[in-house]
Amino acid sequence: MSNEVFTLRVNGIDHDVADSWLGESLLDVLRDRIGLMGSKGACTQGECGSCSVMVEGSLVCSCLVMGATAVDQEIVTIEGIAPVGAPSDVQQAFVDAGAVQCGFCTPGLVMAVHDLLERTGSPTDTEIREELAGNVCRCTGYGRIIDAVQQVAVRRGGSA
Amino acid sequence: MTVAVPNTLTDAVQLLEEHPSAFLLGGGTDAMVEINDGHRRPDEMVIALNRVADLRSWRHDPTAGTVTIGAGVTYTELMEEPLASLLPALAEASRTVGSPQIRNAGTLGGNLGTCSPAGDGLPVLAALDAEVLLVSSHGRRTVPVQDFMVGVKRTSIEPGELIAEIIVPLRTGWQGYAKVGVRNAMVIAVASACLAVDTDARRIAIALGSVGPTVMRCPDAEDHLSNAVDWSSGTVSDDALGEFARLVSAASTPITDHRSTADYRRHAVGVLGRRLARRAFTQGATT
Repeated sequence: MSNEVFTLRVNGIDHDVADSWLGESLLDVLRDRIGLMGSKGACTQGECGSCSVMVEGSLVCSCLVMGATAVDQEIVTIEGIAPVGAPSDVQQAFVDAGAVQCGFCTPGLVMAVHDLLERTGSPTDTEIREELAGNVCRCTGYGRIIDAVQQVAVRRGGSA
Repeated sequence: MTVAVPNTLTDAVQLLEEHPSAFLLGGGTDAMVEINDGHRRPDEMVIALNRVADLRSWRHDPTAGTVTIGAGVTYTELMEEPLASLLPALAEASRTVGSPQIRNAGTLGGNLGTCSPAGDGLPVLAALDAEVLLVSSHGRRTVPVQDFMVGVKRTSIEPGELIAEIIVPLRTGWQGYAKVGVRNAMVIAVASACLAVDTDARRIAIALGSVGPTVMRCPDAEDHLSNAVDWSSGTVSDDALGEFARLVSAASTPITDHRSTADYRRHAVGVLGRRLARRAFTQGATT
């Protein structure tokens, strides 16, 4: 595109983005231009995973995507995972397992866990640790996060 | 500033012809870190290459004995079968890159374009004598990867050129990648190495990462080990492995920086070399 306005499709809705610097990260565009505050920004270098979103079905760090390059792609953020008041099975499992402490890393982790369970139905603890290696929790509540993933895997397996 | 998202190589090359100083964006995992930090601020044009369909695929040519990988192929894709079995060391190196999020975005072409001495794909490409296909509106040329990488984050790419494909020769013997870092995941290499055995030519190649201004091969160590191996049994003595480690360390030219010291890197890369050689010649994978 050659002007300062572009359109991003986020959670199935088109958003016109105006007055941004075109080099801005998708994270900044989501939060500061579109007003979706669920994706968190901490490291802005892809280390912490708190900004994780899906772009065209791929889990990525939105801080490492130039926002203007994500035109014509399906972007799903934590706000698109489930409606308010009706949490997804992963979100409910985080609550049930006590996998939330300060909550800052939770949106990114929920995105990563949804992605992980799409690809691996019954992951081992080692696989969970490896797949979630890009999501840092500085409350270090990893044990309960792994419990939450296992709960979802069991529930999904049970209903299959 | 403008942002272009071409879908074809022809369009990308045409844009680059019109804007020779355009900034080429691969998966963004290196560039966006610099941009977010304010260390880089593209002001004219950014050409995003991650949706150029011609760059997103790979192909196996059994007659030529090569695999040709589009520059936009991601680390995640390099870890998937059947590519992972064709180029196991590249799959292994890819698995050590960042996290799933980084591997879904980062590309082999971007690894070359950034040309960090710590780039995880680069020792593999160097050990396998890969070639880089550069394309511009004036034509195309292939460059051996060792000539492509000229220094710390410096390549021999010319204005108007982009990295289109990486041509990787297939080897008949064992190959592997090893890396030292402070964590198992999400870590930039303190030292790394790729060893590849060519049983047909009875040659061993080793390339080192993070222990010099750019990825380097070790001709003395390679000659020594290639001569020391008993190719009929696929074995090698411990003494020969010890000398191999010494020669690998001697070939390295590391620096001390915030990630490690030169002494540690020099030692560690020798250990990695010996470990890889031991795997190659005690696991019966030489046939």
